[in-house]
Amino acid sequence: MSMQQRVIQHENLLKFLGEIISSGKQLYAPQKKAEKTYFLPASDVHSIVFDYIQTAESPKELLFPKTERMLSYEQVDGKLKMIDHAEGEIFPERVLFGSHPCDAVALKTLTDFFRHDVPDAFTQKRQDSLTVISVSCIKADDNCFCTSVGTSPGDTEGSDILLTPIGNAKYYVEVMTEKGQSLFAAHEKYFENSDIISKDKYLTKMSEVFSSSEVTARLSKAFDHPIWSDASLRCLGCGACAYVCPVCSCFDIQDEGTDKKGDRLRCWDSCGFSLFTLHTSGHNPRKNQSDRWRQRVMHKFSYMPERYELLGCVGCGRCSRACPADMNIKEQLKEITEKIEG
Amino acid sequence: MQALHQKAKELLESGKVQVIIGYGDGSGDRVRPVFISKAESASDLIWDDRCRQNLAVYLNKPEIKKLGVPAIVATPVVVKTIIQLISENQLKSSNIVVLVVDNDVVSELTDNASLEAYSAGHPVVFPPFVVKEIKDIAEMSIQQRNKYWQDELSRCFKCYACRAACPLCYCERCLTDNNQPQWVCVASHAQGNFEWHINRAMHLAGRCVECGSCTIACPVGIPIGLLTIEASRIVKQEFGQEPGLHCDADSAMSSFKVEDTETFIK
Repeated sequence: MSMQQRVIQHENLLKFLGEIISSGKQLYAPQKKAEKTYFLPASDVHSIVFDYIQTAESPKELLFPKTERMLSYEQVDGKLKMIDHAEGEIFPERVLFGSHPCDAVALKTLTDFFRHDVPDAFTQKRQDSLTVISVSCIKADDNCFCTSVGTSPGDTEGSDILLTPIGNAKYYVEVMTEKGQSLFAAHEKYFENSDIISKDKYLTKMSEVFSSSEVTARLSKAFDHPIWSDASLRCLGCGACAYVCPVCSCFDIQDEGTDKKGDRLRCWDSCGFSLFTLHTSGHNPRKNQSDRWRQRVMHKFSYMPERYELLGCVGCGRCSRACPADMNIKEQLKEITEKIEG
Repeated sequence: MQALHQKAKELLESGKVQVIIGYGDGSGDRVRPVFISKAESASDLIWDDRCRQNLAVYLNKPEIKKLGVPAIVATPVVVKTIIQLISENQLKSSNIVVLVVDNDVVSELTDNASLEAYSAGHPVVFPPFVVKEIKDIAEMSIQQRNKYWQDELSRCFKCYACRAACPLCYCERCLTDNNQPQWVCVASHAQGNFEWHINRAMHLAGRCVECGSCTIACPVGIPIGLLTIEASRIVKQEFGQEPGLHCDADSAMSSFKVEDTETFIK
């Protein structure tokens, strides 16, 4: 928004984040737990870690929790009392710090997806009360492939503020949205004016390994290709890939309770599971693991672009890192462009 | 590794087996499960310290069964798993070839007796950090232990990687997938996570061969295998039964004897 170039010193960044906490907002920031990094509520800025490539879990829980209590019911004196939690609950002001650009893009994709058709009140309200301060990537690993799926290590999309480390414990600051501007304005004293900075030279270099539009084009002819059964032989059929994915948004509605009192819950679901889309009749349109692996790739790279003009993958690489059987999405997508005819 | 490549090549060429289940090159410095059907690809097999995933999990998968008679490259704990699966009528040693590698010598274990002899000679040795984890938890009070597991299990999001990676979690339909009636809370909240993991531990009590695949598989780093390891230890202590040693063993937790002196079950 603002054309004025700004930087922030690391020390002041910590003070800025500390002030966010003391102002009563919930700050989610990368912190270590059991040797992995997670976005966790921060009460002390000194527990925030900066030197990490990717968190084990994505920040999608901030918009789309693993278990969402949608409504509750209770019979009181023969009368049914219902509570719609989208209406009844207060969604606290939250700030996410330290997401990388891929995650910020993913949060925007989730928001757009849940806005489609009948807008989902839960994700919408959570998004409205969330401000995202991302940090550009100055390093990556072999599992990262953001530049192949239309984003990049310094992409501003989806971030309200983007910080790019420029060395000497300093960050180049880009304020992108009104939410970002209002957070910035409230803590402006920690930021400094600066000369024009070109951030590109500080970002990690990542070459494009495949073109996502090429993947989408090839997939339209790939439904019966043997690539799916070959690739999925080692797939164990768990949901680790889907649950660490910042974009995967399949869910399952579950009722818990008795006829007197209970809750309706929205729970994460995964196309990896054998029960995914199993019909009551016993028929399963995705009977084999290979059908379900194909569904995972098709959904992200064919159905989502065609139906919603959204890509279901941001190249964060979490699924590849998390897979106990080393299913590697980047490798699979590259193979699709190489083995399936255009 | 040469001996392994040679053996795999011979087995495929002779037609004795149609597929070798083993470890091959994976992403970065990882190894991954490979399913080799062509003799010329036998040299893709890898055998080193990175080979830790329990490959026995693939033996009963319909997609793998379709490939034909398998040979499996087996770590000592995979041999234990196979014995346990035989004792539970899930496998027959006559239908598979088990390949074990010791100091670059490859042996074929083709019957129950050779599997049992190998298993008896290769007890599970935990890495030091696992020994420490077990000791630390044993020294906790019940309240501390409860808090420890509450905290660890709060990260669980029920992806069921623990179940999927476990070769002894072979039920075609897991009790947690049953929703009419719903035995276990499907949702991933504090109670649902506890119910799931306690149920799994009870189901594996006396059956867990302590391979650690569930812990390795967990994407959020929960040392979940400690629960089933401890459950198996209790069964050993109370009933003197240890899994993965005898192909004709019954299961302490799921077999009934008419001469049982306890009255509650009659």
